[in-house]
Amino acid sequence: MLNRAISGGIIIVDINIKIGGEAGQGIQTIGSVLSRTFVRDGFYVYGNQFYLSRVRGGHNYFHIRMSDHPIYALDEKIDILVALDNQTIPEHIEEVKEGFVLADESIVGDNVNENIVSVPFTEIAKDISGKKLFSNTVAVGAVFGLLCYDLATLNRFLSETFKGKGDEVVEKNIKAAQAGYDYVKNGKFEGVCNYNLNPQPTNRRILINGNDSVGVGALAAGVQFLSAYPMTPSTGVMTRVAAHADDFNAVVEQAEDEIAAINMAIGASFAGVRAMTTTSGGGFCLMTEGLGLSGITETPVVIFLGQRPGPATGLPTMTEQGDLNFVLHAAQGEFPRCVLAPRTAKDAFNQTRRAFDIAEKYQVPVLILSDQHLADGLFTYERFDTSGLKINRHLLEDRAVSSDYQRYAITESGISPRAIPGQNGALVVADSDEHNEEGHIDQTTDNRIRMNEKRLRKVDGLTDEMQMPAIHGIDGADISLIGWGSTYGPLAEAVDILNRDEVSINLIHFSDIYPFSHDTFSLLDGLNTTICVENNATGQFARLLRAELGFEVSKKILRYDGLPFTPQSVIRELEGMGVI
Amino acid sequence: MVTMDDYKDGETEWCPGCGNFKILEAVKRSLVDLGKEPHEVLMVSGIGQSGKLPHYLKCNTFNSLHGRTLPPAMGAKVANPELTVIAVGGDGDSYGEGGNHFIHAIRRNPDITLIAHDNQIYGLTKGQASPTSEIGMKTKVQTHGVLHTPFNPLAVAISLDCPFVARGFAGDVEHLSSLISQAISHQGFSLVDILQPCVTFNKLNTYKWYRDRVYKMEDNGHDPAKRTAAFEKALEWGDRIPTGVFYKRDSETFESKLDVLKSGPLIAKQYDSAKLDSVFENFS
Ligand SMILES: Cc1ncc(C[n+]2csc(CCOP(=O)(O)OP(=O)(O)O)c2C)c(N)n1
Ligand code: SF4
Repeated sequence: MLNRAISGGIIIVDINIKIGGEAGQGIQTIGSVLSRTFVRDGFYVYGNQFYLSRVRGGHNYFHIRMSDHPIYALDEKIDILVALDNQTIPEHIEEVKEGFVLADESIVGDNVNENIVSVPFTEIAKDISGKKLFSNTVAVGAVFGLLCYDLATLNRFLSETFKGKGDEVVEKNIKAAQAGYDYVKNGKFEGVCNYNLNPQPTNRRILINGNDSVGVGALAAGVQFLSAYPMTPSTGVMTRVAAHADDFNAVVEQAEDEIAAINMAIGASFAGVRAMTTTSGGGFCLMTEGLGLSGITETPVVIFLGQRPGPATGLPTMTEQGDLNFVLHAAQGEFPRCVLAPRTAKDAFNQTRRAFDIAEKYQVPVLILSDQHLADGLFTYERFDTSGLKINRHLLEDRAVSSDYQRYAITESGISPRAIPGQNGALVVADSDEHNEEGHIDQTTDNRIRMNEKRLRKVDGLTDEMQMPAIHGIDGADISLIGWGSTYGPLAEAVDILNRDEVSINLIHFSDIYPFSHDTFSLLDGLNTTICVENNATGQFARLLRAELGFEVSKKILRYDGLPFTPQSVIRELEGMGVI
Repeated sequence: MVTMDDYKDGETEWCPGCGNFKILEAVKRSLVDLGKEPHEVLMVSGIGQSGKLPHYLKCNTFNSLHGRTLPPAMGAKVANPELTVIAVGGDGDSYGEGGNHFIHAIRRNPDITLIAHDNQIYGLTKGQASPTSEIGMKTKVQTHGVLHTPFNPLAVAISLDCPFVARGFAGDVEHLSSLISQAISHQGFSLVDILQPCVTFNKLNTYKWYRDRVYKMEDNGHDPAKRTAAFEKALEWGDRIPTGVFYKRDSETFESKLDVLKSGPLIAKQYDSAKLDSVFENFS
C-alpha cells in the first residue's frame, strides 16, 4: 500500500474498492453497506459513482476509498474490484495492479489471472435462502473476508437495515455475509491477510453526499418552500428536503416545469418564507426569466444548480463545470446576483446556509453551483455542529412597518427595508416593470436611473460579504493551482502528494465565485506560476478572473470528458506540461 | 367598513372605453362587498393591459412576468393561505404563454381566483391574435386570418374538474361583480373568464357584438352542479354566448391537503434547529 500525505497526516490505510455492474444489480446497495460499515468503525470514506442514464442495464460502478485519514478524492488504483457484470473485468482490470478481483464464476470467463478470485455469489445466496437476492450481501461478506475485517459492525448494520422486513430476512442476510466471508477466508486466503485494519467504532461520524448536504443546509437555513422539476444531478436535494419537510414546517412542490418552479419560489418568498428551487443547466435555461424577476423585484431566492455536461441534454449522469459563464450572465438586463460553488459536502452545507442569508440580506438571487461530482460524492465527517443555529430574516419588525410603507425606498446601501404582504396592515407592491419607490410602474428616465443605481449599489455590500479563496499547501510556492467548486478534493490531494515529493506547489481554491472578495487580485498577483484547473473545455473561471480582475493565469488544465479529476490525473498533466 | 375609496388608486393607462375599466370596477365592488381589507388581498398579475389592473387598486400586488401569473400566486398562497389571492391576466397571458400553468394550477387546486381578461386579442403588443381569437380574424401578423381553433378555457377547466368555472361580460358590471365575488368566496381554484371588448384592436368582438349574443345561463335554469351540462354550455359559442356560473363543486384545496398548514400559515411557524440532530441519523 502506498503511503500518502493528506492534510499533513500520513495515510497508513488507503484502500480502493470498486463495484461494477449493471444498473439495477444493486451495486449501490453494496457500496453503501460497505462504506457505512467502515464509517461506523471510525474510518474515513470518500465514494462516488459512475452511472449511465438508464434504470436497468449498462455498465455502472461505485468507487469507495477508505482511509484512516480524511480524504476527499478518489484514487486511480483499485485494491478490490467486485465484478457483477461481464464488462467490469475488461474495463477495470488495468486499474487493479496489486489488488484482487472478486467475481462470480460465470463472469470470470477467460479472464484468468492469479488475482482473480471466483466466488459463487449467486450459488451461495441460493444455498442459504433459495433466492438470488442475497448475492449482494454475499459479495459484501466476501470483500470483508479479503480484508480480514470483523463482521460485528456489518451484522449490526444489517439488522438495523432489514429490521422492518422481519427476523428471517435479517438472519438470512447475516448468514449470507458470513458465507461470503468464509468462502474467501477458508479458500485461497486461508491464513493470509493482506490488509491491516484497526476498526475503532464511533457513532459521531456521518457519510453524506453533496446533494444531501445542500438539502440539510437548506433545512438548517429554515427553508419553508422548495419547488422544483426533477433533473439529474440535482434531484437529490429536492428529495432530501422532502424527506424532512413535515418536521421543518416546509412544503416541497414538484412544479409542472422549471419556469413554474422558480416563479413559485419567488411568490412564496415574496409572501414571506425562505424559498429555493433546484435544477441542472437545462432546467436553469428555463429559469432565466424568473432569475431576472427576482433581480428586479428584489425578491430573495436560492437556486441550486447541479451541473452536468451540456449543451441540451448532454451527458445526463456525468460531470462538468460548464455552466459558470451561463449563471453569471443569465437573464437580460443588469442586476446584482451572487454565485457560490461549494468545495465539499461540508462546504455545501455551510454555503447553502449562507446562500439563504445573503439572498435575504441583499434581496437578490443567490446561485449555488454544484455538479455531479459533488452531488454524488460521499464524504465522511464528524457530525456537523448545529447547536444554537440562528437565522436572521432581515425583515422589518412589525412595529417598524407603517401604513405608508414603500417596498423600494431608496437607500444608501441599495437595500430597501423589506416587509411582507399584510404585515401590520401594510401593503407591499412589487413589480417586474421598472417601478417607483412604492412599487408602481414608472417609466420616467429619472426614476429608471435612481432605481437601477439603487439595485446596483448592493454589489458593494455583497462584495464585502464574499470570502477569500482557501489556500492549501505551502505558502509562497513556485506553482499555484487555481480551482473552484467541486475540484477541491482532487486538487488538494495532488498538492499534498507533490509537497511530499518536495515540489513547491499549492492550491488557491474558490468557493465564493461572484462577486470576488476585495483582496482577491492582490492575492493572485503575488503568486508565481498559476495554473487554472477546471472541469470544462474553455477555461470559464480563468476567463472570469481576467474579466473581473484583469488577472491572467499562466496555464490551464482542462478536463471535459465527463469525468472528475483525480489527484493522479492532475499530476500527470503537470508532468506533461513540464512544470514539475 | 371597507368602501370603494379604500381601493382607489392611481391614473390608468388604458384606452378610453376599454372593457378593462369595467373589470376594475367589478373587482373593486366585489372586494368591498366581501368586506376584504386591502391588506388582506394579494393580487398577482402577468404582463399585458390586463396585468396592470392591480396597479389601479390599493392592495398587496405582485406584478410578475408575461404568462407567469399563476406560479407566484400559488407560491404566495402556500406561504400565507390567510391572504386572499387573486390572479389577473389576459387571454394571451393566461392561456397562451401561461397555458401549462393554467392546466396545472387547476390540477393543483390552490384557493386562488383567476380573473382572465379575454379580449380575444393581444392588446399591449398592439393587436396580434390571441389563443381565443376567432378563426378568420385578420391582423397584421395573421394576414390570412387566424388559422387555429380557438382555445376554450371553460371547456378545458371543466374537463379538468376545476371547482368553479364562470364567464362574465365586462359590459355588465353588476353581474360580473357577483361572479367575481362568488369565485373569491368559493374554496379552490376559481376561473372567471371575462369577455372584454378591446376597443382599439378588436373590431370584431365589440360591445355591440357581445350584447347581441350574451345571455345569463341562470335565467335559463342552468344547474352548475351538473358537469356534463356545464361542458355542453362551454361549447356554446356563436349567435348565443352563455355567461354566469358554468360549473361549481366542493373541493379540497391544495393548502387544505398540506398537514403543515393545519396549525397556521408557514410564515407564522417558528424555526427549530434542534430537529437537525435527527436528520443526521440518516447518514450514520
Ligand atoms: C416573455 C414575454 N414574451 C412576450 C412579451 C410581450 N407581451 C407583452 S403583453 C403580451 C400579450 C398581451 O396580451 P394579453 O395577455 O391577452 O393581454 P392584453 O394586453 O390583451 O390585456 C405580449 C406578447 C413579454 N412581455 N414577455
Ligand atoms: S389596447 Fe385594447 S385592451 Fe388595451 S387598453 Fe386599449 S382597448 Fe383596452
